[in-house]
Amino acid sequence: MVSAWRGDTAMKEKKVGKQTYLFNQPLPILSTAGVVGKKEGEGPLGTYFDEVINDPLYGEKSWEMGESKMVQRAIDLALTKANTTYGNLDFMFGGDLLNQIIAASFAARHVPIPFFGLFGACSTFSEALALAGIALDGDFASQVLVTASSHYQTAERQFRYPTELGVQRKPTAHWTVTGAAAVIIGKGTSGVVLTGITVGQVIDMGIKDVNDMGSAMAPAAIDTIRQHFEDTGRGPEYYDVIITGDLGSFGKSLTANILAEAGYDIDKNYTDCGVLIFNPEQDTHVGGSGCACSAVVFANYFYPQLVQGVYRRILLVSTGALLSPTSYQQGESIPAIAHAVVIETL
Amino acid sequence: MALKGSQTPKQQEYQRRVQQNKPKPSVIRNVIVAFIVGGAICVVGQVALNFFSSLGLSSKEAAAPTAVVMVTLGAVLTGLGWYDELGKFAGAGSAVPITGFANSIVSPALEFKREGFILGVGARMFVVAGPVLVYGTLTAVLLGFVYWLVHGGVIQL
Repeated sequence: MVSAWRGDTAMKEKKVGKQTYLFNQPLPILSTAGVVGKKEGEGPLGTYFDEVINDPLYGEKSWEMGESKMVQRAIDLALTKANTTYGNLDFMFGGDLLNQIIAASFAARHVPIPFFGLFGACSTFSEALALAGIALDGDFASQVLVTASSHYQTAERQFRYPTELGVQRKPTAHWTVTGAAAVIIGKGTSGVVLTGITVGQVIDMGIKDVNDMGSAMAPAAIDTIRQHFEDTGRGPEYYDVIITGDLGSFGKSLTANILAEAGYDIDKNYTDCGVLIFNPEQDTHVGGSGCACSAVVFANYFYPQLVQGVYRRILLVSTGALLSPTSYQQGESIPAIAHAVVIETL
Repeated sequence: MALKGSQTPKQQEYQRRVQQNKPKPSVIRNVIVAFIVGGAICVVGQVALNFFSSLGLSSKEAAAPTAVVMVTLGAVLTGLGWYDELGKFAGAGSAVPITGFANSIVSPALEFKREGFILGVGARMFVVAGPVLVYGTLTAVLLGFVYWLVHGGVIQL
């Protein structure tokens, strides 16, 4: 017979406030790896990425399979860096933007461990990190793999227009980041560790413009960040940097302004992966988007700086717009979500 | 929440804020560029029309081969991957002329070739141009009907 159920005392210890959970065990990030496309390689963070893959097909016969291969490549790099093997891993949590998340699940064909396929649009990376933390801290796993990917061409053809169509993009449009990241998280006592999560709610402020995802997603980021501060009693100064996923320049300014009005002045230590990954001269308008945006920027830009001690505490808030071509063609507004993950150096 | 026609005051206020602060496209720049590029495409068309006219075709007869030349040009530039760059720069200037119509058919045809000739190229080719063809044809039929009513003697004006 299994031991008696412990009741809900253990959960109450982890749950703080309404939506936040602080883990009981330090969950160190053992390795991160990121691969990106050509345009990302030419951007301001180009030299940080593990690999720049100039061919959008990555030697495959379709962009979708190219994206999937990027996921595999990121996993291979992360395994090598962590000096671990599939035998040590308990779960893979992965997702992407494609219908039925084929980039992640097709990559998982080559991954001989149990797989959880996730869709949180561009919030997938922090959603996967949050679930990984829950699995590890709940003692359901000792090492897990997290992946997220997106691809400019696969996203364009699914959500917008054929890539060769001569359309002028709106000033509020994003550019989907091509790339994939993989992160391996385990258990330990020190290092760069996952210490808490704030799980977001779906927020819909009635924005319908599919060329303005920043405005659609900003309210979700605002809600999650505000809730995180309320739940934990922390303020913006607790973090060296607060990072949203892919709000872009316009969504970022909305977020900073509205949070300031709510009494949380985050402007000094706030940045957005979508703003960081491209130069304004790259014709990407408000900035990068996609699951890979926050994933590769965290994996190859913020994580190394945490390891080096440049930052000691960060709040990563990946943001997702939960629309589909069907929903916007039917005139529905764009619901959005944001999950926050606390990563600290111990 | 967020049901059509039943927006909360909070949602309305947020949307107002977004509208007020949204970066706007530069209308003047776009109009000027569209005029120049659209005009340049029309000049190329006029050169083709004049050429066919000089071969002895009436201007009505010369219109057909001119359209063929312009559509071919749009298709080739799309195939070379240049028309989307032009479109990004010129907007309506390259979308409105018939070369843009060619681009709207060739680009999905190229894009969906990987899904095969039936379910890809065949089924998706008119995904952008389809509405133009449907409503263009419908409008032509309706106008033709009105023309017939007026000039066919059914209605005496």
